[in-house]
Amino acid sequence: MIVFEKPKALTDAPLHYCPGCTHGIIHRLVAEAMDSLDITGQTIGVASVGCSVFTYNYFNCDMVQAAHGRAPAVATGLKRADPSKIIFTYQGDGDLASIGTAETVHSAARGENITIIFVNNAIYGMTGGQMAPTSLPGQVTQTSPYGRDVNTVGYPVRICEMLSTLDGPAYIERVAVNNVKNVRQAKKAIEKAFRYQTEGKGFSLIEVISTCPTNWGKTPQAALEWAEQNMIPYYPLGVYKDKYSEEAAK
Amino acid sequence: MAEKILMKGNEALAEAAIMAGCRHYFGYPITPQTEVAAYMAKRMPKIGGTFLQAESEIAAINMVIGAAAAGKRAMTSSSSPGISLKSEGISYMAGCDLPGLIVNVQRGGPGLGGIQPSQSDYFQATRGGGHGDYHLLVLAPSSVQEMADLVFKGFDLSEKYRIPCMLLADGTMGQMMEPVSLPERSAETVEKPWALTGTEGKRKPNIINSLALAPHELEAWNQVRFERYAQIKENEQMSESYWMEDAEICVVAFGIAARVSQNAIDTAREMGIKAGMIRPITLWPFPEKALRAASAQCKAFVSVELNMGQMIEDVRLSIKCRRPVSLCCRTGGMIPTPDEVVAAIVKANEGGKQA
Amino acid sequence: MSTTQVLIAGFGGQGILFAGKFLAYAGLLQGRNVSWLPSYGPEMRGGTANCSVILSDTQVGSPIVSRPDILIAMNLPSLEKYENEVPAGGCIFVDSSLVKRAVNRDDVKVYPIPATAISTEKGYDTLANMILMGHVIANTHVIPDEMIRPAMQKVVSARHADLLEKNIEALELGVNYQA
Repeated sequence: MIVFEKPKALTDAPLHYCPGCTHGIIHRLVAEAMDSLDITGQTIGVASVGCSVFTYNYFNCDMVQAAHGRAPAVATGLKRADPSKIIFTYQGDGDLASIGTAETVHSAARGENITIIFVNNAIYGMTGGQMAPTSLPGQVTQTSPYGRDVNTVGYPVRICEMLSTLDGPAYIERVAVNNVKNVRQAKKAIEKAFRYQTEGKGFSLIEVISTCPTNWGKTPQAALEWAEQNMIPYYPLGVYKDKYSEEAAK
Repeated sequence: MAEKILMKGNEALAEAAIMAGCRHYFGYPITPQTEVAAYMAKRMPKIGGTFLQAESEIAAINMVIGAAAAGKRAMTSSSSPGISLKSEGISYMAGCDLPGLIVNVQRGGPGLGGIQPSQSDYFQATRGGGHGDYHLLVLAPSSVQEMADLVFKGFDLSEKYRIPCMLLADGTMGQMMEPVSLPERSAETVEKPWALTGTEGKRKPNIINSLALAPHELEAWNQVRFERYAQIKENEQMSESYWMEDAEICVVAFGIAARVSQNAIDTAREMGIKAGMIRPITLWPFPEKALRAASAQCKAFVSVELNMGQMIEDVRLSIKCRRPVSLCCRTGGMIPTPDEVVAAIVKANEGGKQA
Repeated sequence: MSTTQVLIAGFGGQGILFAGKFLAYAGLLQGRNVSWLPSYGPEMRGGTANCSVILSDTQVGSPIVSRPDILIAMNLPSLEKYENEVPAGGCIFVDSSLVKRAVNRDDVKVYPIPATAISTEKGYDTLANMILMGHVIANTHVIPDEMIRPAMQKVVSARHADLLEKNIEALELGVNYQA
């Protein structure tokens, strides 16, 4: 009896992520959603710039690699070109919440029928640990060596809260992958986001609170704890918008 | 031959794009090309196409990338400042070998510049414009009819060679009306096995990507691309000659500058000066062959441009500086008058000093 | 005359571009080469507007009219800007309702017509442009009379078919005007 196997929507390429990084878990959850909805053959993924730049090697579907921050625009073009395809982007916090804020906000406002997987680990990982738009107040990074000073660089951006003020999005939820319970909830949310797209319900964004042991300077275990104790209080988990459950409830 | 109707250049190019099978237009308003977007906004919904006003020029070009990656004919249009914003995306298109049409109805610059006609994006267009080693196919219409014809040509060549194509027009070409005929024709279709159409579980994933961290790999990609560029240079140079049979003075001008120069050449001929013109239609590849042939016959060249002198470099390179090349130019949205061009021709004929 | 260069100039909103388009279409229907080039941009909104039209039996070179054979000045700033650009022997038409001074040229033919006043008086508000155009046609024969109706049919959209006759009537007022 098979009790555990790699999702079919992942290729055999070994992941390049650092030990303890939660990108691997999130990749798996995305792939499991594709498997369970049986959509891999119709899915086109959009890789972004950051640690997840190589996702095009990992997902077993057609992929395009977008310029920094532009994945939602590329996804828009793909979806408009062929609405029967399932389009998702996989973006980090620098890509989505800093350089690509306009593309994020406007694809959401248009209610573009795409799914965005937003991995928030509060730091620029690929370039070696610079301050991100989601870095916490006081967080030490390479470019905030004395801790993020909100008086000079301002406050972190809460994407789910911000986007949920728009009428466009169908479904916005923030999840985490720091423990088994949260991973299970993340899996449900990601699958639901893809399902909404297959049902033509419109824009969905799942923010996943993630870790960066390497650039946080922590062991994998300590990083999970740091996420629990520091990130989740600042970025509360939960459903921020679900147009269809709201409508169903009315 | 379809009936000739009066159309604005911007509208003629938009209708031609639709006739060429383009069903995906992404743009952002900017003078003097807004008619293109307005036309597409009217027409696309009626023919099952996409018109989308993007949040920015940057988003618009990336939407083009998405639609082109899906294998569709896609386009965007803008004017100079907007093209600068698109340049990042254009570089990615080149790096991903994606076809597509980018229209630049140029206005004066730099910066916000003005809104009157200009050719000051010549360098940007012909040298690539964004970062990295690449070229665009650059087509320069000089009539409303050509605004339409070169759209067909641009899409076809863009797909044939997997190179983004830029239609480099100017405010005059966009805004003027001339008779134009838009004959029914079918688009040349090419197979796109690279397109992102979903694996359907039947093939390996297609990946469209411009990232190669291993330098030898990136070099190899670039070399392959430049082999295609070499083919384009060999096969696709286009220009038109005017009064060149016995010309001693060769004017080189494109777009509106060529229209003005045509008047000037007529006047020069009346004055007894053997002037002629080579009008580049492809700015990249530059019509080097025609220029080189002319250098055997002509004693001097005059480059007429709506900028401070950009194409003149290509003229000199093409003729390997064998003949003096002088510049007749206006900039900032000003257009040289025929009299100014005549004066430049007269001076070149008298062996005036090289500019 | 193998080439006629026409410049129509005035305020935005006076129907300058429309009048130019009518003229260009008349040329096109005659089988001539034509071009129509507007000034464009924000200055069109309430400011000055002008339109270059060229009708030619040979290929049209520059579409920019800088030395108009026929200048139609629909306001004073336009006359002041262009009156010295008309070559000797050319024609200047002015809307004398709005241009209160004489044309300072004695080497060109000058045709003043109170087009705006006529348009108001005869119930053709906003069609001073066509009254002027009629006067131009009558005095220069820049296009043959038989092209008037077909050209007007091309430029008055089907949506506003009721305006077709109005425009033609206004144009005829200009044709028949006696100074």
